[in-house]
Amino acid sequence: MSGIEFILAGMLAAATPFLLAALGELVVERAGVLNLGLEGMMALGAAIGFIVVYEGGGHVAAFGAAGLAGVGLALVFGALAIGLQANQVAVGLAVGILGQGLSSLVGNSYESLTITGLPKLAFPVLSDLPVVGGLFTQDIIVWLSLIGTALIWAMFRYSRLGLILRAIGENPTAARAIGYRVTLLRLWAVVFGGAMAGFAGAYAATVYTPLWADGMIAGRGWIALALVVFGTWLTGRIFFGACLFGAVSLASLVAQTEGWPVPSQLLSSLPYIVAIVVLGIITSNKRLLKINGVASLGEPFGP
Amino acid sequence: MIRLVRRERASRKLAVAAPLLALFAAILSNLILFVAMGKDPAAVFYALLLEPFLTWSGFSEVLLKTGPLLLIAQGLAIGFRAKVFNIGAEGQFILGAIFASAIPVYFLQATGGWIWPAMLVMGGVGGALWAVVPAFWRVRLNANEILVTLMMSLIAVQLLNYLLLGPWKDPMGFNFPQSVMFQYDAMIPILLPGTRVNVSLLLALVAAFIAWIYMQRSFGGYQLLVGGLAPEAATYAGFSQSRAIWLSLLIGGFAAGLAGAAEVAGPIGQLQRSISTGYGYAAIIVAYLGGLHPVGIVASSLLMAALYIGGDNAMVSADLPVAAVRVFQGSLLVCYLAAITFVRYRLVRTKGATS
Repeated sequence: MSGIEFILAGMLAAATPFLLAALGELVVERAGVLNLGLEGMMALGAAIGFIVVYEGGGHVAAFGAAGLAGVGLALVFGALAIGLQANQVAVGLAVGILGQGLSSLVGNSYESLTITGLPKLAFPVLSDLPVVGGLFTQDIIVWLSLIGTALIWAMFRYSRLGLILRAIGENPTAARAIGYRVTLLRLWAVVFGGAMAGFAGAYAATVYTPLWADGMIAGRGWIALALVVFGTWLTGRIFFGACLFGAVSLASLVAQTEGWPVPSQLLSSLPYIVAIVVLGIITSNKRLLKINGVASLGEPFGP
Repeated sequence: MIRLVRRERASRKLAVAAPLLALFAAILSNLILFVAMGKDPAAVFYALLLEPFLTWSGFSEVLLKTGPLLLIAQGLAIGFRAKVFNIGAEGQFILGAIFASAIPVYFLQATGGWIWPAMLVMGGVGGALWAVVPAFWRVRLNANEILVTLMMSLIAVQLLNYLLLGPWKDPMGFNFPQSVMFQYDAMIPILLPGTRVNVSLLLALVAAFIAWIYMQRSFGGYQLLVGGLAPEAATYAGFSQSRAIWLSLLIGGFAAGLAGAAEVAGPIGQLQRSISTGYGYAAIIVAYLGGLHPVGIVASSLLMAALYIGGDNAMVSADLPVAAVRVFQGSLLVCYLAAITFVRYRLVRTKGATS
């Protein structure tokens, strides 16, 4: 298998943890809330998901439990950042540190254990194509994530809920004046984001690399946060951004197996370097941010 | 129906009580967690929170850990008050350690009293250089410094690994990922005889004093504060926002780099993978818990250092996983952020009001 084929076949799976977490964060940020605790929520989801599969609960229960763990942390975040109107940056960091601590606490006795992932399902006909065939052979979660991406795109594009979410993020005072319950809706958005981060973690630890190692999320939550900015808060662009990062993380594997004369540590930091460079390119275009950005992002809102 | 109502002025009493309340709430919730894990709560409480203060040797280790936390947190707090969120102190700490180590790694035969001070300067410069990228990105490219500083930390870890597995690996070190042991003159002199506490603790206290003068008594610090509290007023008054961002990040990077240098030139004595046990992240908690105030941070860094030592004790005596300390740290910050809400707001019961 050539390097290109390898990257095409694995790109979507590698992108899925980024994609799930970033889609959740997209909904949260569209509603005007900045949740920096993503990394911790993913870590806890990963640990819980792994434990459930390892103890024989199966993948469905694992994703359920991981989602609930994410929701639990999201509720702590929501209680402080939305209920008590505390500084969202500080609360996000606090919940993130708490989540990472909890993940290594509950995963302590499962360190370095492995489980079996999920089988790949081939899309008929298309998966037999040369070169790009691998793209159409994916596990069920990848397929579901693609459907989820389309649903979130459609929600923001066509539904009333999408409009309401955008309204409370753009101008919460006006949204309240016309009768929307801003606080409650923001809390629901945060809960959704927590569940998605939990799923993202569960995918990373039970499907993509079915093993548990402390710190295995390795900054993917932060890259997901950056992806929302790269995608300028638009679903389609976030999807392409996630694919780009999936491909970049695989490219370092390809380079290692092909024996390129590059230190492996440089390849491991490639996703972060790419993230910093792309972030700079996108944000330096202030017009782009002004058109697509969320006006009240990160600002506490109360009566 | 219960509502939050803004106080006419912030409650001073509560501002002082908030960290203590948070500590109490965190202890309570964590003891419940430890009981659920089947640990003996009394043994954990004793090992985690009392034992570090009971013996001189234990307390001297607390002082040893206080140094880096105090130094990093003072630097971060200056930025946080200016609303510049540098969360990459971990990476700046590592770069400080790397820059400082360059001297003994390349000049192992050198002797003289200049070596350890030069290492400290190198460390500070290294940390500040690592903060140049996020500062430039924020000022010139409008990129969020939270994300950039964090990513720079993840890159710093890889850079450290590269050096320790490659060019800086000790050739006589049985292939362990660590540098040579530094020469005697590369070590910071001991401050308290019979302990590992060195002169860098004094340095951290001096830094705390300078931070106090700067933030509470100088015009430069005032400009930073106004920039954080009321950006529009600061612009109107002609206080440069770019300058505030550069200053915040460079000060934070320099302080963290200094702490990294003091760690390799102090208790560790070589460059290795485990130079930082999460100091850069713990210092964020220290800064907030100290109310972002230079004096408060002295107290909170001592508390956080005690938690580190207590965590090691509890691992041995109460069979508590190391991760429990991180959970405790996280919940401490969560509880604190909940508690300080009531410095500015009070709860009021309203009848039939809609929210």
